[in-house]
Amino acid sequence: MRKMIESSRAVAEAVALCRPDVISAYPITPQTHIVEELSQIVADGECDAEYVRVESEHSAASVCLGAVAAGSRAYSATTSQGLMLMAEVLFNIAGMRLPMVITGVNRALSAPLSIWNDQQDTMAVRDSGWLQLYAENSQEVLDMHIQAYRIAEDDRVLLPVMVCMDGFVLTHTYETVDMPTQEEVDAFLPRYDPLYKLDPEDPYTLGAYAGPEIYQEIRYELQRDALAAKAVVKEVAQDFQAAFGRWMGDVVEPYRCEDAEVIFVALGTVVGTLKEWADLRRQQGDKVGVLKLRCFRPFPLEELRQSLARAKQVVVLEKAVSVGAYGIVAAEIRSVLYRQPGAPPVSCAITGLGGRDIVFATLDEALARARAGETDFFAGLRTELLEAS
Amino acid sequence: MTATKRPRRKPPLGIVTRPGSSLRNKTGPWGILRPVFDWEKCTGCDTCESICPEGCIRHLKKKQYEADVEFCKGCGLCAAACPADAITMQEERR
Repeated sequence: MRKMIESSRAVAEAVALCRPDVISAYPITPQTHIVEELSQIVADGECDAEYVRVESEHSAASVCLGAVAAGSRAYSATTSQGLMLMAEVLFNIAGMRLPMVITGVNRALSAPLSIWNDQQDTMAVRDSGWLQLYAENSQEVLDMHIQAYRIAEDDRVLLPVMVCMDGFVLTHTYETVDMPTQEEVDAFLPRYDPLYKLDPEDPYTLGAYAGPEIYQEIRYELQRDALAAKAVVKEVAQDFQAAFGRWMGDVVEPYRCEDAEVIFVALGTVVGTLKEWADLRRQQGDKVGVLKLRCFRPFPLEELRQSLARAKQVVVLEKAVSVGAYGIVAAEIRSVLYRQPGAPPVSCAITGLGGRDIVFATLDEALARARAGETDFFAGLRTELLEAS
Repeated sequence: MTATKRPRRKPPLGIVTRPGSSLRNKTGPWGILRPVFDWEKCTGCDTCESICPEGCIRHLKKKQYEADVEFCKGCGLCAAACPADAITMQEERR
C-alpha cells in the first residue's frame, strides 16, 4: 500500500512486518522516532515482540545478543554516541555469529557534541564483522530492513546486518513509500530457524575462550563468510525483486556511468543530490556519473573495479575521515584500483561533516579540485573561520 | 522465489562450546614449575589439596598426594601454604 509517511515510521513498520521477537533500544536523537513508533506498535498489539526497555545502548545490544543466542529474531536501533557505547557488544554479536539487524542512524560523533548528520559513527565500527548497507531514500531503507534479516539469517552468512540511514536527512523526511503487506513479508522472510540456540535441555556456551591454537582460524571463518555474504546480498536483492516487483540495486548502483568521464562515489542520501547534480552538469557538457556504494561491508571489490575502470577520474565523497590518514572509502577504492592498468586517479572530498549541507556548489568545488589534481581535501570548508583562529 | 532448501551448515568453528570443556582444555602446559613433595616432612594435613585453585591435587593415601600435571599451572600456592614446608616448586623441563 502506498502511503506518505516519515522514513522513521517506514522503518518501524518494516521492522514490525519482519516479526521480531525481541526489540531493545535506548532513545537517542535522531534515531528516536524509529523506536518511539516501534514501542507504540508493540503497545498497540500490532507486533508480538517483547520490547525491553534498558538503561543504555550497551544494555540494548546485550539484550539483543542474548535474545538471538536464545533463538529469537532481534532488533535495535541507535546512532552516534549510542553506537560507540554499543561497540564492545557489536564485536561480540558478530564474533558469536548471531544474525540480527540494527538500524545505524548516521550522526556525527562528539566532541564537539553534534546531533547532525555525517557517517563517522557507522564507519568507526566497520571492522566489527557487521555487514553494512547504506540507504539513499525512504523506500530503499524500508526494503533494506526486510532484506537485511534474510541476508543475516542465511546459513552461509550468520552475521548481523547494520542498515545505515542518514540522520534527519532521511530519518525525518516524509516520502511516499510502498508498504508491503504482512502476507508478502511472511512469504519472503520465513521464521528464524537458528542453527544453534541456548537451550537448558542441551546446554552449551557461546563465544567462550579460544586460545592461540584456534582463535586465528575462527577469525578466518568470520572473514571468509563476510566476504561470501556478497553473493547472498545479490541473491536476496533478486529474490526481493521477484517478490515485491522493486529493484533496489545490489551492492553498487551506477547512475549514468556508461559513458562517464568522472564518476562520483558516495553512500547514503547524498547520492540523490549527486544524481540531480550530475544531470545538470551533463546539460553543461560534463560527462558525470554517480556510483552508489549500497553495500559497504562486505566491500564489493570486483563490482567497484568493474564500474570505475573506464572512468578518467574518480571522486569519492565522504562524510567521515580516518583522522590522521585519509577518507575511509577513498583509501579502500584506491586499493581496489591498485595495479589495474589505466586505472583512474581517485580524489577524496571530505564534506558534509556534522550536518554541513552538501549543495551543488560543494560538488562543483569537489569536481574542479579533483580535475586540478588535488587528491585529498575538505570541500565546502569555511576557510574564513580558520584564518580567524 | 523462496530460497531452495539446502542442507544446513555446521556451526562456525569454535563458537559453540559443549559442557566439560574445562576437562578437555589441558592447562598444564601453561606453567613452568611443578610441586615436588617431601614425604618425610608431609603430615597429610590436606592444606595443599584444599588451596589448589585448579583442584588438581589429589589425596591418594595418608601422607601421599599427587598433582595432576595436565592441569597444574605451577602457581606455587600449595608450596607457599604447606605448614610443614614439604613442597618445593621445581622447574619442569619439557
